[in-house]
Amino acid sequence: MQISVNGLTREVEAQTLALLIEELGYGTQTVATALNHEFVRSKDRSDTKLREGDAVEILTPRQGG
Amino acid sequence: MSAGDPLTLYDAVLSSRLLLGTARYPSPAILAEAIKASGCEVVTVSLRREAGGSRAGESFWRLIRDLGVRVLPNTAGCRTAKEAIATAQMAREVFGTNWIKLEVIGEEDTLQPDVFGLVEAARALSDEDFRVFPYTTDDLVVAERLLDAGCRVLMPWAAPIGSGRGINNAFGLRALRAHFPGVPLIVDAGLGAPSHAAAVMELGYDAALLNTAVALAGDPVSMARAFALSVEAGRKGYLARPMTPRDFAEPSTPVIGHAFDESA
Repeated sequence: MQISVNGLTREVEAQTLALLIEELGYGTQTVATALNHEFVRSKDRSDTKLREGDAVEILTPRQGG
Repeated sequence: MSAGDPLTLYDAVLSSRLLLGTARYPSPAILAEAIKASGCEVVTVSLRREAGGSRAGESFWRLIRDLGVRVLPNTAGCRTAKEAIATAQMAREVFGTNWIKLEVIGEEDTLQPDVFGLVEAARALSDEDFRVFPYTTDDLVVAERLLDAGCRVLMPWAAPIGSGRGINNAFGLRALRAHFPGVPLIVDAGLGAPSHAAAVMELGYDAALLNTAVALAGDPVSMARAFALSVEAGRKGYLARPMTPRDFAEPSTPVIGHAFDESA
């Protein structure tokens, strides 16, 4: 299935957001997620199904002003 | 800052009136030393895209947690209320705080806030129990709308982000202070030198938030300390009530009784 992850188009196997995080190697990293511009809570990722053309954001803590 | 002059921001009582950003420092070690030298208790942070396995974000977050300071996540880079709301929700989960420095940028060259989107996002986030710190202009009407939306702190700019120009509109900042005497006001953005921070504190502002002026200084650690001292000096000066300026000279040494005085 083709989706966008952090603005880049990718071919992925994962069917849910939780599996996508695993597939992309985030492991136990602290991340925040959004699907199609809506926030998805960590506890809801396993139940969040991915569909062709979805836009996923995976963010981590960073320096900020 | 003395323990007798605390700063209350929502649920927090702070002794330092300087808030620091964490971006653009030469190294993580210098960032950590600058935060320590400043004595600040609140630092701003953000969320950004990261590839799986990079772990840069994790290492930064560990450094900040080890410093024991409170974090104020921002929504920097957001162009709409919708983006800012989603970013704030993500930040709350990752950083474990309902504090949010709300930025909705409306113009590229000046990074001026889109005050319409700002008010919209502030209302939505306040309704979700966020403690909103809005990055705004010195516009009185917008300030009123932000307070109506649930904000209990306002953060007007002194000048465009990263410009280091100091106060662009002293009249506007003074008017804002006069109109909202009970609201914590933090000048956010545009300060470049310690004297700028002292000047905003002398206007009666409650605190100063800055980043670039320290991070891009030749010696960020010393500059962090310099800003801490200037914020404290400006605050103490404000509380001590400065004299009223005059248009003409007035001798400070008594005039009567000087040598060769022929008027006696």
